[in-house]
Amino acid sequence: MSGIPHDHYEPSSGGEKWLHKRLPIVGLMYDTLMLPTPKNLNWMWIWGIVLTFCLVLQIITGVVLAMHYTPHVDQAFASIEHIMRNVNGGAMLRYLHMNGASLFFVAVYAHIFRGLYYGSYKAPREITWIIGMLIYLLMMGTAFMGYVLPWGQMSFWGATVITGLFGAIPFVGESIQTWLLGGPAVDNATLNRFFSLHYLMPFIIAGLVIVHIWAFHTTGNNNPTGVEVRRTSKADAEKDTLTFWPYFVIKDLFALAIILAVFFAVVGFMPNYLGHPDNYIEANPLVTPAHIVPEWYFLPFYAILRAFDGDVWVVIAASFLTGGIVDAKFFGVLAMFGAIVVMALAPWLDTSSVRSGRYRPMFKWWFWLFVVNFFVLMWVGAMPAEGIYPYIALIGSTYWFAYFLVILPLLGVLEKPLPQPDTIEDDFKANLGKSSSKDGAPVATPAE
Amino acid sequence: MLKKLALAATLAMAPVSGAFAAGADGHVENYEFSFEGPFGTFDQAQLQRGLQVYTQVCSACHGMEYVPLRTLSAEDGPGMPDDQVRAYAEQNFEIYDEELDDWRPARPTDNFPANEAAGAPDLSLMAKARAGFHGPYGLGINQFFKGMGGPEYMASLLTGYTGEDKEEAGAILYENTAFPGGWISMAPPLWGDDVDYADGTEATIEQQSKDVSAFLTWAAEPKLMARKQAGFVGVVFLTVLSVLLYLTNKRLWAPVKARAKE
Repeated sequence: MSGIPHDHYEPSSGGEKWLHKRLPIVGLMYDTLMLPTPKNLNWMWIWGIVLTFCLVLQIITGVVLAMHYTPHVDQAFASIEHIMRNVNGGAMLRYLHMNGASLFFVAVYAHIFRGLYYGSYKAPREITWIIGMLIYLLMMGTAFMGYVLPWGQMSFWGATVITGLFGAIPFVGESIQTWLLGGPAVDNATLNRFFSLHYLMPFIIAGLVIVHIWAFHTTGNNNPTGVEVRRTSKADAEKDTLTFWPYFVIKDLFALAIILAVFFAVVGFMPNYLGHPDNYIEANPLVTPAHIVPEWYFLPFYAILRAFDGDVWVVIAASFLTGGIVDAKFFGVLAMFGAIVVMALAPWLDTSSVRSGRYRPMFKWWFWLFVVNFFVLMWVGAMPAEGIYPYIALIGSTYWFAYFLVILPLLGVLEKPLPQPDTIEDDFKANLGKSSSKDGAPVATPAE
Repeated sequence: MLKKLALAATLAMAPVSGAFAAGADGHVENYEFSFEGPFGTFDQAQLQRGLQVYTQVCSACHGMEYVPLRTLSAEDGPGMPDDQVRAYAEQNFEIYDEELDDWRPARPTDNFPANEAAGAPDLSLMAKARAGFHGPYGLGINQFFKGMGGPEYMASLLTGYTGEDKEEAGAILYENTAFPGGWISMAPPLWGDDVDYADGTEATIEQQSKDVSAFLTWAAEPKLMARKQAGFVGVVFLTVLSVLLYLTNKRLWAPVKARAKE
C-alpha cells in the first residue's frame, strides 16, 4: 500500500495461500502493521493511538449506556440517575464516557498542533489533513449532541444557543433551525434526533479514521524533520525506517498507559471537575442559567463566535456592504465556522517549501503565539462577555485568522529556513548523540 | 482565625470564572468532610445523623425523588440494617400507588418521594448541582483534594442566616451570607436542637448542617467510595503497566540505537 519500498506478506502454508487468493485480509493486516515508519518520530506522534483508543472507549461505553438510557424529555434525566444508582458499574461507565470525551479532545488538539508545527498538512498529505478536519468537526458535533442527552440545564440551554446559531443564517435560517430541532424549540423531537445522531456519528468517524490512516499509509508518515523517507531502494528505506510493529506499537502503548493513569485519576477522584454543576439540575425551559457556557473544548470557538459584536468595524462594514444581510450574529457564526475552514485550508495557505517548524526560525515564534492564543481564547470563552473580555476575544480571534490568512502565506516568502538534515537516518543519529548524554532515556517532551 | 478563613475564602472566590459561577457569589466556608480527597470515605454515623435531619426537618418541603430507599442499607452509605430501612420507609413516607389507586406506606423498593408542595428544589443531586470551590485562579484544581464544594456550600447556606429579613414583591426574603445575591426565600430551617441525635452528639446548627450536607453528598453520589477505589486501583495498575512498557520499549529500541551509534 505504501510508496515506501518494503517487504510484503507472502502466504506460506496451504491454508494461507487458499485464503489469500480469495480474501487478502491477512496481507492487509500485515501491510498495515509492518508499515515502514520513520525512526525519528518523537513523543508527539503518540496521539493517534490515544485517539483510536478514545474512539473505541467511547463506542463501547456508549453502546452499554444506550441500553439503559431513555431519550424522552420526561425520563432522560431520571434514566441517567438510574444508570448512576441502579445499573451495575453504571456510575463508572458514565464517568468514563463523560471524561472520555475530554480525553478525546485533549488528544485531538495535541494531534492537530503537532500537525501544524511539523507541517504534516503539506503536500502530499493534504487529504490526510482534510479528512482529519472532517473527523474533528464530526467529533464536535457528536460531543455537543452527547452533552444534550442527560437533559440537564446546560444540556437544554446549550442546545438552545447552538441551534440558535443556525437561525442566524439570512432568509433560510429559521426554517433550518426548525428543521434541525424538529419543532419551534428544543423539545422531545430534538432530544430523540440528537440521540439517534449521537449514536450514528461515531461510526462515521470510525469510517473516516480508516480513510485517514489509509491516506497517510499511502504517503508515509511525516516526521520531526519533515524530510521524506528515501525511496531509492529497499535498503535505503530501511535505514530511515522501522516497522510499526513492534517498535512504535510498544512505544505508543507506553505513552497511552501513562496518559490513562492520569485519566483514571480524574475519573476516580474528580469526575465532575470538567462538567458544569448546572447539568445536575433537570432541564427547565422557564429558568435560564446565569451563564450559559459550553464544554471546555468548545470555548476557543465560542470566544470567536462572541468576539464579533455589532461594535466591531469589520462587522459594521460587512453589514453595510451586504445591505444588512450579514448582521453581527451571522458574522459571528461565519467567523466560528470560518476559523475551522481556514485551518483546513492550511496546506494551500502555507507557502513555505520547508515542512518542519524545526527549521523555520520565524515560523516558530508565530506558531507558539498561536498555541498561547488558543489557550487565551479558551479562557476568555469561559468569561462573561463584558468589561475587557470582548476586546481580548477580538484580538485573539483576529490573530487566529491572521495566522492562517496572512502569516503562513507571507512567511514562505520572507523567511530564510535553516539547513535541514539530508536523511532521517542522520537526524536519528544526531538525536541519539544528544540524548545518550542524558542516559538515553526517552523523555516525553511536548513538540520540541 | 476568622480573618484567615475570610481571606482564604476571598482568595478562593476572587478569580471566579463564568464557567463555574453557580453559587459563587456568597461566602462558602471550607468545612472539613471525611469524604474529601482521593482516599476520603463517608462517615457512617454522620450519614445516619444527616438522614435524621433530612427526615425530621428538610423533608417537610424538599423531596429526594432519585434516591431509592433501599440504598440506605448500602455498606458504602448509611449502612442501616434491612429491617430498619423497612421500618423507616413505612413510618416516614406515603407513596401514591397507581395500581392500588391509593396511598400506601413506602417500601424499600420505592424511591424517596418527590415533594413539590412548597416549590422547594429536589435534594437528590443538590451536592453536585452547586459548586463552592473554583480556585486557584478559577481552574478548580483544588477539587482534587476538597471536592467541588457542594457540601460546603450547603453547610454554609444552612449556617449563613444573619437573622435579617425583608419583604419583596409579597414574598419574605431572608438574608444569607452564602446565597448568591444575599437574600434567599427559604426561611431558616435550623435553630439548634431540631433533632435528638441517637448517638448523643450535640445538635448545634453547625453540627446538623454538616451532617445533613454529608448525607446529601452521599445521596447525590452514592458510589463515591467504590469510584475512588476503582480510580486508585486503576492508577496503580496503569502505573505498573507503564513501568513494564517503559522497560519493554527501552529493551526493544536498544539494539536499534546501538546500531545507529556505530
